[in-house]
Amino acid sequence: MEMPTPNPDVLRRKAVVLQRLLQVLPEDAVIHEPSETRAYECDALTAYRCPPMLAVLPSTTQEVSDVLRICNEEGVPVVPRGSGTSLAGGALPTADCVILGVARMNEVLEVDYDNRFIRVQSGRTNLSVTGAVEEDDFFYAPDPSSQLACAIAGNIAMNSGGAHCLKYGVTTNNLLGVKMVLMDGSVVEIGGAHLDSGGLDLLGVICGSEGQLGVVTEATLRILRKPEGARPVLMGFDDNEVAGQCVSDIIKSGIMPVAIEFMDTLCIKACENFSHAGYPDCTALLIVEVEGSEAEMDYQLSKIIEIAKRHNPVELRESQSAEESAKIWLGRKSAFGAMGQLNDYMCLDGTIPVSSLPEVLRRIGEMSEEYGLPVGNVFHAGDGNMHPLILFDANKPGDLEKCEAFGADILKLCVDVGGCLTGEHGVGIEKRDLMSHQYAPADLEAQMAVKDVFDPKWLLNPAKVFPLQASKSRRNARIAAE
Amino acid sequence: MKPKTEAELAEMVAGLNEPVSIKGGGTRGIAGPDAVIDTSELTGVTLYEPGALTLVAKAGTPVAEIEAALDAEGQQLAFEPMDHRGLLGTSGTPTIGGVVSANISGPRRVQAGACRDFLLGVRYVDGMGQVVKNGGRVMKNVTGYDLVKLMAGSWGTLGVLTEVSLKVLPKPEVSATLIVQVPDVTTAIAALSAAMKSPFEVSGAAYDPDIGCALLRLEGFSGSVTYRSDQLKSLLSGFGEVAELDQPGTVWADLRDAGGFHEQSGDVWRISVKPSDAPDIVARIRAERTLFDWGGGLIWALVPVGSDLRAQFGAFDGNANIVRAGSETLAELGRFQPEAAGIAALTNSIRQRFDPRGLFNPGLMG
Repeated sequence: MEMPTPNPDVLRRKAVVLQRLLQVLPEDAVIHEPSETRAYECDALTAYRCPPMLAVLPSTTQEVSDVLRICNEEGVPVVPRGSGTSLAGGALPTADCVILGVARMNEVLEVDYDNRFIRVQSGRTNLSVTGAVEEDDFFYAPDPSSQLACAIAGNIAMNSGGAHCLKYGVTTNNLLGVKMVLMDGSVVEIGGAHLDSGGLDLLGVICGSEGQLGVVTEATLRILRKPEGARPVLMGFDDNEVAGQCVSDIIKSGIMPVAIEFMDTLCIKACENFSHAGYPDCTALLIVEVEGSEAEMDYQLSKIIEIAKRHNPVELRESQSAEESAKIWLGRKSAFGAMGQLNDYMCLDGTIPVSSLPEVLRRIGEMSEEYGLPVGNVFHAGDGNMHPLILFDANKPGDLEKCEAFGADILKLCVDVGGCLTGEHGVGIEKRDLMSHQYAPADLEAQMAVKDVFDPKWLLNPAKVFPLQASKSRRNARIAAE
Repeated sequence: MKPKTEAELAEMVAGLNEPVSIKGGGTRGIAGPDAVIDTSELTGVTLYEPGALTLVAKAGTPVAEIEAALDAEGQQLAFEPMDHRGLLGTSGTPTIGGVVSANISGPRRVQAGACRDFLLGVRYVDGMGQVVKNGGRVMKNVTGYDLVKLMAGSWGTLGVLTEVSLKVLPKPEVSATLIVQVPDVTTAIAALSAAMKSPFEVSGAAYDPDIGCALLRLEGFSGSVTYRSDQLKSLLSGFGEVAELDQPGTVWADLRDAGGFHEQSGDVWRISVKPSDAPDIVARIRAERTLFDWGGGLIWALVPVGSDLRAQFGAFDGNANIVRAGSETLAELGRFQPEAAGIAALTNSIRQRFDPRGLFNPGLMG
């Protein structure tokens, strides 16, 4: 993966930058020894690593503002970091950058049930947002798989989703407001506890901007009352196409499940061996979950089962207890761990129109043969967000490159059938150079024009999202000016 | 100018040398003094997949045409866009491009989300005459910046929409409306909040002071609605007498369209606030009539001509926009809540980059 050459002028001035940062931050918030900066060399896309020049861990918005102002004046790139769980390399450093970690900013600032919001510092983890309100039967809806560890800052940067967004939407649909620091150190507040923005929807464009427009230090999030109950049904089919048709028929019937999860043969077997969830031996497995009172769940599940039966399932298992529900979910929730036992894997994140599901699965199978790398599919079927997991051996020379090429072909296929490169993980460095497959130059230009507004010198996470060739003149203009 | 294709529109824009008003059906009351670009001939639903809950349509497609197509499959635009004709006394045919440009959302916004939350993708012509696309037609998409949200509610000032893709939802099987007799606005908002924070999935929460009633809507499958309606009745009994409306008729459509304000003289404002702030906010203004939607988070106010509500409030968290007023009032006060200096600098700079010659609806948003 190509990254820009570190700016030698910045590297040379490391001591000056360090001195200035130490003037505005406590000593323990500035990390500069190479043995310690190494801890920030990568995120969850571990195939790529590069220790940053420095890392800082501010505790307040004021400290974030001071750091950004100094880096802006010194021309030092800044890579914001939540918990470092990005699967796309969103928090991958460059050798000449300062990592700005928000992990120390994890307080709950306000909980308001009457108006149904919570205000938190952005370093707080996703699950602990729900943790702060669940005693009172509320929850924060977006639930990415990494929710135990991932920070709200990163959720906002990547517009994270999760298994339940079919009903509840993704981060952008649950984000009401932010306090954000711009690269020049100025602090802006956007949105709040009210619903509509007065002018342009800046909040909408900040969410999902991958840390390139500013550093969010506080977030106002919508919280919802927990449903009375939730219950899944598991169904197995002998044919991917039939399973796909069943998903479409459920959706068309007017029922709105909270989740529809899909797994293919390889994943079913891996999960079963790993977690002993009691999954059937079949080609395609669906987990469909509904919510509500007992009677409501009975009603919805009976309709869903009626639809499923029309497609001749080889297995149909409605949960009868909390224990059975947990068992149905157990395999799905351990899918990534189970695949990790088989080999190293790369997790993709393309989205496709639901109607293209059978065709895309068939093509992925053919490509798997061509590349000689196995692939398992586990994904959110209701919204077409796929997660093909390509297995490879990191220790075998050439395997990673082969895997990357295979992954790129799958993502291009997603775009070609009318979908997109990434549904919830973000572009980062991983899909950066594929952006030109989805977007024409004018489309990318319009997006980059927004970054020009928020970060004219292109210092915030500059080597991400856009193909390096496309952003080159903007990044180089900054270096030439210095 | 009435382009028939996106390419024709792009060529027209590239050749412009003076400002234009962007017009869909012309029902939203924003027509300026300039020459007009009229998108009403860019029409047609280009893709509709009920099983994927997605619909793509050209910007000039009448909302009614889209709603009819959805209705045939038992689906709907869940954000319930308002029809402005009654309130503004306009005529014409509301278009989907107009709905998106103005981010028009009705009572269900409080539960289902706003127009912007259902907008999956856009195509538009920017101020240089270039065709730009963003987003797509799938429900989950974080590929690059979300200019889709930026375009929703930009009132044509960033570009001329040519095509939009939308997430649609199943139409509920049945709907029930509860009314709670409440003595005052404070009790009303408290009752609405109690309902909204219950697990009973309220899809409309309004208060009409003229009839002294809070209104709550429940939608879904028949058995479910009956169950939730019973639960809600007992939950709300402490706030006042609760009953179910036998024949709700057009009560929610009237609320959506601010029906009580039609043909009433005066200016009309829309105020977006934190619901619990609503009682204090209305106490600070001199309104002839008010109406509360979104659990109290949206206040409609009918006020004497020329009133400056922003001056009457003083500082508050939220925004107050003018929906109906004479041109003098609009020129003096501005249709939209003025932005804080830091935000205004950002939004002006974005507008400058999307439309460097200042061609589109100049002055409308700042």
